[in-house]
Amino acid sequence: MTPRAQIAGVPVVDRPVEDVPVLESDMRSRSAGDQPDPEAMVTFDRVSVRFGTTEALRGVTGAVRRGEWVGLIGANGAGKTTLLRALAQLERYQGLVRVDGQPVNALARRRRAQLMAYVPQAPELPADMTVIDYTLLGRTPHHGYFGLDTEEDRVHCGRLLEQLDLAAEAGRTLSTLSGGEVQRVVLARALAQDAPVLLLDEATSALDLGRRVDALEIVDHLRQERGLTVISALHDLTLAGQFVDRLMLMAEGGIVASGPPARVLREDTLSAYYGTPVRVVVTEDGDTVVVPRRTRLPHPGISTDEPEPTGGRR
Amino acid sequence: MLPRQVAARRPILVAVLILMASIVVGVTVGPVGISVGDVAGTFLAHIPLLHFHTRTSALDQAIIWQLRMPRVVLAGLVGAMLASGGAAYQGVFRNPLADPYLLGVAAGAGLGATLVIVSGNDTSVILPAAAFAGAVLAVTMTYSVGAAGGRRTSGRSIVLAGVAVAALLTAFQTYLQQQHSQQIQQIYNWILGSLSVASWSDVTLILPYVVISAVVLLSHRRILDVFRVGEDEAGALGIHPERARLIIVAAATLGTAAAVSVSGLIGFVGIIVPHTVRLTTNASYRVVMPVSMIGGAAFLVLADLVARTVEAPAEVPIGVVTACIGAPFFLFVLVSRRAQQGVL
Repeated sequence: MTPRAQIAGVPVVDRPVEDVPVLESDMRSRSAGDQPDPEAMVTFDRVSVRFGTTEALRGVTGAVRRGEWVGLIGANGAGKTTLLRALAQLERYQGLVRVDGQPVNALARRRRAQLMAYVPQAPELPADMTVIDYTLLGRTPHHGYFGLDTEEDRVHCGRLLEQLDLAAEAGRTLSTLSGGEVQRVVLARALAQDAPVLLLDEATSALDLGRRVDALEIVDHLRQERGLTVISALHDLTLAGQFVDRLMLMAEGGIVASGPPARVLREDTLSAYYGTPVRVVVTEDGDTVVVPRRTRLPHPGISTDEPEPTGGRR
Repeated sequence: MLPRQVAARRPILVAVLILMASIVVGVTVGPVGISVGDVAGTFLAHIPLLHFHTRTSALDQAIIWQLRMPRVVLAGLVGAMLASGGAAYQGVFRNPLADPYLLGVAAGAGLGATLVIVSGNDTSVILPAAAFAGAVLAVTMTYSVGAAGGRRTSGRSIVLAGVAVAALLTAFQTYLQQQHSQQIQQIYNWILGSLSVASWSDVTLILPYVVISAVVLLSHRRILDVFRVGEDEAGALGIHPERARLIIVAAATLGTAAAVSVSGLIGFVGIIVPHTVRLTTNASYRVVMPVSMIGGAAFLVLADLVARTVEAPAEVPIGVVTACIGAPFFLFVLVSRRAQQGVL
């Protein structure tokens, strides 16, 4: 266990933590950004995003293999959402993003939406829209501009809802759903796009523990069944460690560490980048558990060494 | 089994039946008593190639065909445009309070009309053109200011620009009106709206704009559903939100401007009709758009009927009628639906 004083002294660095290995695919895309790696489904090369004078993403480079699940972790404001939005082409960025070898910004919007489905942190949920209508919106990239939903679309979405255990909810409006159901409906809409890449911004934080695991299980199941490539921002580090193939730790708009969960989830790294001391425990099953620890900052005027004087009653 | 995705057919059928009934009532009822048979006969007599001969007198035929029919048809077109324009604006700006006048159509048309009236010209020809031009210019101004500065603009800045442009143009209009106090009555009559001088030439004047607007708005009904999840997510679903918004706003503006140029500023239709459709049928634009269009037509035909009969031979401004009938009816729908669902 590291004493608190020492953790607080770890400087926030802007480069990869040295002994965390950067994967080979990362290296390749880094050395030859113009040569698409045939194994990589999503590559991003020196992607930068600015909001006014703030640099939200500082030339981030990385690659995600076909069928891989990469989790983005890091403190609030580290750039997870911005990276996902840039990949989804919802932010203006500098740099190059390729999906399946094709530079994405050169593709038509409809084609992009056929390749990538994006689920935002707080999806817009029209209260009076029904579950099936909402799911059908996911078919938009497969329609012409004036196209309407076909019977095929309906069958397709109906099957998806069945798979996500929502068939009975198809006619209900979104405002009547529980948090867990909403989560699955949003996922259903994204899956209706039939895109090989799924970009998920942390959306499980509002769910209870069980529903959170359920949501990740569903993603994992679908990923294996459909061979999806998943990039998701995650806040629950313990769960992240159990589900994803690889973690990218972000800080101040850059990726500071990337590798298998066991290598990235380390006490010194996490404590430094999350700004709070954590303990990392490995269970007998081999799961990595991240335990945040309370910082007992001494309050001015209250000494913790001496018991506070109790009232004069005793 | 899945429920029908959007059962659009039945609400559309009901709306069409209501519209047909209101057209028949609108043509039949008036100061001169005319029977439904006379109306039917006159209709058939005007269908080319049918060579139908009616026994209705020439005078009654003229009343039906030259006075009442154009008025009913014009009311229908204006109502259809105001209601579908309101639905389109509500969809594209995701604002339930949006009405077709949101981006300055009313203020622009009002200024155009006032300019013509105070200039003392013959108003019958120039006034519709000036009102139309004023409306289109106002929205163009709003849009170019609101959408300026950045590739990705949000609907909100356009709505705010609309508020400012409307305030500016209304200020000019009010100033002109105060400077020409002898014409205030005439200006005020126009602003409250009226279909009393409707003729077939008015119908043919606005018909092209109405048809274009209706076709564009109806063909965007699914896109409007995609807009309901916000511009960001619409973009991620493969839509170009800025482009789609521009097309929809342009179509709605064209239709609304054409409507107000011949009818004056009839209020309220664009808000209550689409919301009544949403509350009673389905919130999907696949239903809201066509049913608002047909229902708006029926609503204005009936409102005009009330406007010209309740104080006959004098006329009540149709804008007063739409508010007087529309507001209580809308409140009734609102309260009864809320009681039914327990939520809103």
